[in-house]
Amino acid sequence: MSTSLSVLADALLLQGGYNAALVAIGAALLGIAAGAGGTFLFLRKRALVSDAIAHATLPGVGLAFLAMVAFGLDGRSLIGLIAGSALSAAAGLFAVEWITRRTRLAEDTAIGAVLSVFFGFGIVLLTVIQTQSQGRQAGLEGFLLGSTAGMLFQDAVVIAVGGVLAIAALVALRRPMTMVAFDPGFAAATGVNTGRVDMAMMMLVLAVTVTGLKIVGLVLIVALLIIPAVAARLWSERTDRVILAAGAIGGVSGYLGAAISAAAPGLPTGPIIVLVSFALFLGSLLFAPQRGVLAAAIRHRSFQLRLHRRQGLLSLARSEPIFDPLTLRVLQREGLIRTDRVATEDGRAAAARALRDERRFEIAREIHRDDPFAHRYDGLTPIEDVMTPDEIAEIDRLVNRPLSVGAPA
Amino acid sequence: MSRIVTPPALGLVATREAEAEARAEAGRAALALREITVSYGESPAVFSVDATFPRDSLVAIVGPNGAGKSTLLKAALGIVPRLSGTVTVFGMPLERARDRIAYVPQRASVDWDFPTRVIDVVMMGLYRELGLLGLVRASHRERARACLARVGMADFAERQIGQLSGGQQQRVFLARALAQGADLYLLDEPFAGVDAATEKAIIDVLKELKAEARTVVCVHHDLATVTDYFDRVLLINTRKVAEGPVATTFTGANLQATYGGRLASAHIDQLKLAD
Repeated sequence: MSTSLSVLADALLLQGGYNAALVAIGAALLGIAAGAGGTFLFLRKRALVSDAIAHATLPGVGLAFLAMVAFGLDGRSLIGLIAGSALSAAAGLFAVEWITRRTRLAEDTAIGAVLSVFFGFGIVLLTVIQTQSQGRQAGLEGFLLGSTAGMLFQDAVVIAVGGVLAIAALVALRRPMTMVAFDPGFAAATGVNTGRVDMAMMMLVLAVTVTGLKIVGLVLIVALLIIPAVAARLWSERTDRVILAAGAIGGVSGYLGAAISAAAPGLPTGPIIVLVSFALFLGSLLFAPQRGVLAAAIRHRSFQLRLHRRQGLLSLARSEPIFDPLTLRVLQREGLIRTDRVATEDGRAAAARALRDERRFEIAREIHRDDPFAHRYDGLTPIEDVMTPDEIAEIDRLVNRPLSVGAPA
Repeated sequence: MSRIVTPPALGLVATREAEAEARAEAGRAALALREITVSYGESPAVFSVDATFPRDSLVAIVGPNGAGKSTLLKAALGIVPRLSGTVTVFGMPLERARDRIAYVPQRASVDWDFPTRVIDVVMMGLYRELGLLGLVRASHRERARACLARVGMADFAERQIGQLSGGQQQRVFLARALAQGADLYLLDEPFAGVDAATEKAIIDVLKELKAEARTVVCVHHDLATVTDYFDRVLLINTRKVAEGPVATTFTGANLQATYGGRLASAHIDQLKLAD
């Protein structure tokens, strides 16, 4: 046990040998590219297409192996297998696009059909290859679930270079891809060729997929494209930061997954990478500052306190007695009432403001009756936070009575 | 000696002159559409529409629901494919005039839960200028902020767009178009579902743009405000019904021809019309 722990520590600290270190770095670069690239796919709401692309790689792997053996080459050459898988993945992508555009079938149907047919064909090819007694075909099953065992130095270099190229393409295309994901009509109006940008995004995903096949495996690579994006979305409301966070989550997942799998060679790499990224997702879901579960609970409590504050202030303004103990506590803590429940000077001013804003919100709710946003006009958020100055001015014009600021009504 | 017979002024010659005149007019206009047809199946959304939008004008495109108003705008911008027709912008083909056009799509056309802030949306108006790798400088951010201030949203720059009301969303879209610094503004239903304050803020900006010698074209649905807001109008219902100054074109007869039975004559009587 202690030896396997020390092997893991060695792998994490890049002490597990030159090859293992390079594999971990390659997996990290690939994870960054997958996380950041997958974010665009997620924002464009086309995440599932990547699953079709991934499964469509398998026939290419088999055919490339057969072709290389037929030409007397080493059938396991990673570059050759990547090239073959890229061709068949492109054919699968083309089939999805064609079915969606030219027939009455929807995209999800097209994805299901292409995914299963290509995957089935690939399994047939792999089985045929395995039953042939060629002796050197070992390792192709590794493309299903990913494996770092027996990976060659040049394989790790190929993966690292592929990751770096994909990251460079992401940096170059981030603006058009963001614009097309948010508002394709506006993007087209500024002269962006939206069809070409979408195609570039898909090619990028395809490149990440085929580069990552060896490490993550085609069954699970979709998880490395999607989970980091979904986890990162919990952390920020800014596109650039979501992309960076997704890249970081994907990079850490790839690195840890490859290191753990190097320490325990029996374990397939892909599932470990996916489990690591899922753990990061779970942490994000619980602890993310705005959208996390914990933050939501805190916000709910703060909502309750604001609710009691508002009720209390309106009661003060209308000279009504307050009985609710939480309301009294909230007002006392803010110094708005004295312990004998009489309003302080601050309390009277706040009450008058609350009453004035209550009238304004009433009118705002009237004006915006059909706007789903109207629920924000509940008096719990300061009016300056939900309305522009001219909107407030317009509402004050409609408050037909002169405002009585200062004295409670 | 036989006299040289001048050929009679054939239709052909007259057509050529008319063509030259039409071309010259298109060159002078901010936007000229010729024979625009858009169709996905065999029932066209827009059929063979000619329209000229002169410089320094504030134009409303008016017509019933499903009349192809938005589609005409999108076809003019090349967002939807045209089956036929040409688009001339300030005398140039569309693709060479992209820098001079700004577009405000319908508010409902995007996902407002997208992870982006108000200022980032406005910055998108500068993406064409920035190119793929151009650095965002302080001057770009200042310009974006100035555009936000112009629509009364300066204090909302850092907000997530999901926290905005419908009217505020519309203002952000207008600010993004302002950031494009264009000479021709095409807006799709900018007043749809907005509050009175926003409506005023938007029309004030549009009138300022016209005062700065720019051209503004709006798809517009509220017949009651056409006379107050616009100086020209294009009435369409798949085909063009009429175009011209509001004073002579926005008439009961033309509206009846555009809307047919869908507009009760009692309703027309309540409108401020040209005649």
